[in-house]
Amino acid sequence: MEHLIWLVPAFPLGGVLINGLFGRRLGKGAVGFIGPGVVGAAFVVSLVLFLDLVGRAPEARQLTQTLYSWIAAGDFQANIGFLVDPLSATLMLVVTGVGFLIHVYSVGYMHDEDSAGFARYFTYLNLFTFAMLLLVMADNFLLLFVGWEGVGLCSYLLIGFWFKDRDNATAGKKAFIVNRVGDFGFLLGIFLIFGSFGSVAFADVFPTAASVLAPGGDLAFWICLFLFVGAVGKSAQIPLYVWLPDAMAGPTPVSALIHAATMVTAGVYMVARSHALYDLAPDVLAIVAGIGAATALYAATIGLVQTDIKKVLAYSTISQLGYMFLGVGVAAYAAGIFHLVTHAFFKALLFLGAGSVIHALHGEQDLRRMGGLKPIMPVTYWTMLAATLAIAGIPPLAGFFSKDEILWRAWDAGHPVLWALGFVTAGLTALYMFRLFFLTFHGPFRGTAEQRQHAHESPASMTVPLAVLGVLSVIGGWIGIPPAIGEFLGGVPNAIEAWLAPVFLSAHGEAGHAAEAHAVPPAEYALMAASVAVATLGILAARHLWLARPEVPQRIAARFQVPYTILRNKYWVDELYDALVVRPYNALSRFAWRIVDEGLIDGLLVGGTAKVVQMQSRAMSGWESGSIPTYVMVFFGGAIVILAYYLFG
Amino acid sequence: MSEIGVGHYITLSAVLFTIGAIGVLTRKNAIIVFMSIEIMLNAANLAFVTFATAIGDLGGMVMVLIVIAVAAAEAAVGLAIIVAMFRHRETVNIEAFSTMRG
Repeated sequence: MEHLIWLVPAFPLGGVLINGLFGRRLGKGAVGFIGPGVVGAAFVVSLVLFLDLVGRAPEARQLTQTLYSWIAAGDFQANIGFLVDPLSATLMLVVTGVGFLIHVYSVGYMHDEDSAGFARYFTYLNLFTFAMLLLVMADNFLLLFVGWEGVGLCSYLLIGFWFKDRDNATAGKKAFIVNRVGDFGFLLGIFLIFGSFGSVAFADVFPTAASVLAPGGDLAFWICLFLFVGAVGKSAQIPLYVWLPDAMAGPTPVSALIHAATMVTAGVYMVARSHALYDLAPDVLAIVAGIGAATALYAATIGLVQTDIKKVLAYSTISQLGYMFLGVGVAAYAAGIFHLVTHAFFKALLFLGAGSVIHALHGEQDLRRMGGLKPIMPVTYWTMLAATLAIAGIPPLAGFFSKDEILWRAWDAGHPVLWALGFVTAGLTALYMFRLFFLTFHGPFRGTAEQRQHAHESPASMTVPLAVLGVLSVIGGWIGIPPAIGEFLGGVPNAIEAWLAPVFLSAHGEAGHAAEAHAVPPAEYALMAASVAVATLGILAARHLWLARPEVPQRIAARFQVPYTILRNKYWVDELYDALVVRPYNALSRFAWRIVDEGLIDGLLVGGTAKVVQMQSRAMSGWESGSIPTYVMVFFGGAIVILAYYLFG
Repeated sequence: MSEIGVGHYITLSAVLFTIGAIGVLTRKNAIIVFMSIEIMLNAANLAFVTFATAIGDLGGMVMVLIVIAVAAAEAAVGLAIIVAMFRHRETVNIEAFSTMRG
């Protein structure tokens, strides 16, 4: 099967070439077929590879293909090579599967674009899929970094897709620049890896990590910390999360694909992929878990008061990414990846559902001008309900299993504080998500009469992907049923944990920790019940506040003026960055421009040289009388002087 | 009356050269100036052949031939320039040509 691997990224790349070079002439029909089609084809190939892996013994589940030697300089060797193991196969299925649904959805969502814009959109979207596949399939850090930068570029291009609006272009720039900070750290991490191992290939680095790096040593610490800085930027964690809410300026399917389901989870994937290094740096793991838990709670509080439907979802994404980092931070890598997968399902669905609502209301994104859309948009309503219940953590939907797995692992690893942060976040998640849900679909319609009249259910190209993702949001969690519940269902195994176990084998000292049947401690049931209770409480509170008694939230806001203002202004972090980074940087740039460049270089060095030459020439040009007799006189005089010098000198 | 020797020839050469130099320095007519330059060149030629004969070295003779060739080329170019100048200004007075003033 190895020889098929290259096809997976090749299909989207072919889509890029066709749509990019000929898309404008092909027309919207052909582009709308090719764009999703190539991703669907990549999904089929991924599925074939996946089934091939399933058919093998757990230890043999690894396919590699090296296309060619990309860079060979001295000892340094980097290949264009792919690695398909349970971890990357899982991500490939998510990227191509969810990506395919979002591509299909985009055909409906973007149908108002002219054919040039339509082709440009699908070119970028296919390019993104290609880059993301490179990222998850790379067999060395350098190729992973190529994909890493590629998805960043596509993110920039698609955030600023409607670049004629200055705000969109600015948001794209912000995302790109903030990510640059993280990428810098990531690069330093790769340099350190090459410096210590003499190679960037996973196959060279991970097996020898324990012998090259001292466990808990400085080198392991710095490598993992720098890699994590990259993950913080890409996956929008404190303190580099500020770009993600602004990234909502892009088209909504883009938010679903790039800024919810796939790209932003690249950091989680990278940490899980590098688990062999992170296991040697327990201090960094603690930082990862701490930042993850803090981000989860922090973003959830902001999401509570946002009024833009996409901004709420953006903060919710940041918060859920925090959960994933909490998971990998307590060395529960499989749980982190599990949450990544289920989150891809329900968060993509939430964004697509929000896009459906925005589409129906002709671009209205303000929750305060929505409401009562349930009878108008039944498919959107029911699929959104499934996704909202899933993210809130209500069993047996997808989010319950993955979130609970992470919380339990955090508790089990001896981090009650981190668990408490995640637990409170779970309640807040239910609260703000149902706030969004009730404000959108229930209660009276608060928009204009014209919007009311034109509101409609979306076309089939949009509702079918919604329905598929809705089903996945319901059943997607069943791939990771913990033993605590599985034993009541007749010993249902935790499929994803066992599937990923070969990859994370070295993660735990006790091999096959997950597969081992062990007694379920009563605490696990208690925690599970507690999270369901807090989620239910959150939903009921949301129902009371925004459905039954809509005047209460205003009273609360008036009563708690200070915390409300802080949340409304997102803790003034953007303003803080503006004052601490952007303004000083602008001032420095202006200094470099006005004083250094214009004053010193242009004025003094370049202009000054010219001015000196000019002044000297002006002084000397007076000698040039233009009178030929004078010249001849001087000429003879000179000749006589020289002659005299030789004769008498 | 003593025999005509090197001293005589050299004296004649110096006199010719001085006449030429004074002509170049004092005359305004470009053609006269040009002729004066020719006189100076031929004064130099005379000095060359004199010393070549005195030393018995043919190199001096060869040099004269080169100078004559250069002078011929110079005459061709120089006269062409003077014709062009006259067409332009209707005069060959060198004081009229001072547009190269700084």
